[in-house]
Amino acid sequence: MNVKYLIIGNSVAGVNCAEAIRESDGKGTIAMVSDERETNYSRPLIARYLGGRFKRDQLSFREPGFYEENGVKLLTGKKAVKLDTVGRSVRLDDGAMIEYEKLLIATGGTPIIPKISGLRPGIKGVFTFARLADVDAIVAHMERNKTKEAVVVGGGLIGLKATEGLLERGIKVRIVEMAERILPNTFDPAASDLIENRLKAAGCAIYKDNVVKKLVCSGDRVKSVVLKGGQRLPGGLLVLAIGVRPNLELVNGTKIKTDRGISVDRHMLTSVPNVYAAGDCAQGFDFLSLADSVIAIWPVAARQGKIAGHNMAGRAEIYPGLFAMNAVQILDAPTISFGTTNPPPDAGYTVLSRMDPETGVYRKIVLKDNLVAGVILINAIERAGIYGMLIREKVDVSSFKSEMLDDDFGLLALPRQVLKHVVKDEGIEM
Amino acid sequence: MVKPANNPQNPAAKVAPFKGRRIVIREEYCMGCRVCEVHCITQHSKSRKIIKAYKSEKRGVSGIVFEERGPASLAVQCRHCSEPLCVEACITGAMKRDKETGRVIHDKDKCAGCWMCVMTCPYGVIKPDLAGKKVAFKCDLCVEQGFPACVEHCPNEAIILVDASGTRIRR
Repeated sequence: MNVKYLIIGNSVAGVNCAEAIRESDGKGTIAMVSDERETNYSRPLIARYLGGRFKRDQLSFREPGFYEENGVKLLTGKKAVKLDTVGRSVRLDDGAMIEYEKLLIATGGTPIIPKISGLRPGIKGVFTFARLADVDAIVAHMERNKTKEAVVVGGGLIGLKATEGLLERGIKVRIVEMAERILPNTFDPAASDLIENRLKAAGCAIYKDNVVKKLVCSGDRVKSVVLKGGQRLPGGLLVLAIGVRPNLELVNGTKIKTDRGISVDRHMLTSVPNVYAAGDCAQGFDFLSLADSVIAIWPVAARQGKIAGHNMAGRAEIYPGLFAMNAVQILDAPTISFGTTNPPPDAGYTVLSRMDPETGVYRKIVLKDNLVAGVILINAIERAGIYGMLIREKVDVSSFKSEMLDDDFGLLALPRQVLKHVVKDEGIEM
Repeated sequence: MVKPANNPQNPAAKVAPFKGRRIVIREEYCMGCRVCEVHCITQHSKSRKIIKAYKSEKRGVSGIVFEERGPASLAVQCRHCSEPLCVEACITGAMKRDKETGRVIHDKDKCAGCWMCVMTCPYGVIKPDLAGKKVAFKCDLCVEQGFPACVEHCPNEAIILVDASGTRIRR
């Protein structure tokens, strides 16, 4: 097969790339390759699916006719295994060869598997939590074994979303986190505490500063795990959620430059002509650190996919660089965070924060040189986007920073000139 | 033959006149009466009757965010951005930009209440509606009802409707 545009990966980066291509090029042939069977599903929704709140037919993030309408040839259940950047072709695991003019690599991330004694292929009851197929396998295992208890390894966002899904199914969950608190990369100690208390109130046990050392199996089935200190936790289900790393399988052995992820420039172009990368596998410009980093979140993947698509179709677009941001609802506590939420001491940061123990409302603003560098909002997320805008627009907050933690903080607190600039032509007259 | 734009059976007829329309907020005329909020809630209620909407039905969320700071006040709603960050961030496809009209539309049945749109909206005008199924709520320009309730009922013309060329549209 011979196509103008070839996209490896069918999640948010790939889909946004195809859409952007079609804005400039209505005719050029597009093929998308996915090693998953599903036509289209939203990865962040797999926790909802596990919990039973979302049914399988509610998981797509584009309409059923998306691929046909955009003239995209979608190849599912096929893995791209070999890339030849000189001959401009990709070989699939079924032997098929696809020649391309422009290629996007959007292969996402791969769950990191911790070293645990006794963990080997074929052990039943041990799962990762990244794909719909993982949830299908977890559910099948739970139904077959009438699972009542589970151990989740990793107290980050993915581990907690898995926990929530399991709790909704009535499973007793024990969380094992290597750091001294849960959500160590997303939150500060106060926010982590707040969420930890919620989890405990929902019946979770949390083992911090700890790791799973050993599996105890009956035959090939996991029955319990042993922690660093020798403590034994029962549970016929183990979910490994300590993190993901960029999936570099396809680029290994090619001339494409990699660091932690696939290195890309501001056009999402890799070090090799005609090959682009976007999403969780790519290492692109980070607006806050000004370095290149892998920011494995949905909005970054969407934007990078879009920018890649435009450039692939010949329309020069520059990636402005985004920054880490997360919106997560954990056990009915809505939370939103941006950027650097837990800055190192003596590094020139100023922290504004207010916690209301009665309502559980927590707001924290991290400033550097009067610019917003990080934000945590818990149980009070209504105007969250304004803080994100202040980061993006590099707004000097010195004249209104005393108001930034208030319940009624909003657009009116911003200096006139700033507001005028921010709203530009969007229909607000000041 | 009925022209599509005049044919009530044709859903495009309802949408077509909205092409390029925008609500403009004139902060200097806003006196903070909050009547816009009352009528937004009423317009989006089951009965669309003001007393029922407030007294006997479960009171909804208004698509307007009201701010007050000293003598200044501002009632602001979704700006229907040309490059909406909320649409880009939406994990379900519930938030979409209608290419025909430029309207940013939200399908609450698809919404997962993940708050990605709340996180990305630069104006902070998408609200978490926490009553019932937790979903996002925002201004829909009252397309289904015909004319934006906040514009119609603003006593001081602080909220006005303009067409694509900036010309004022009155009810």
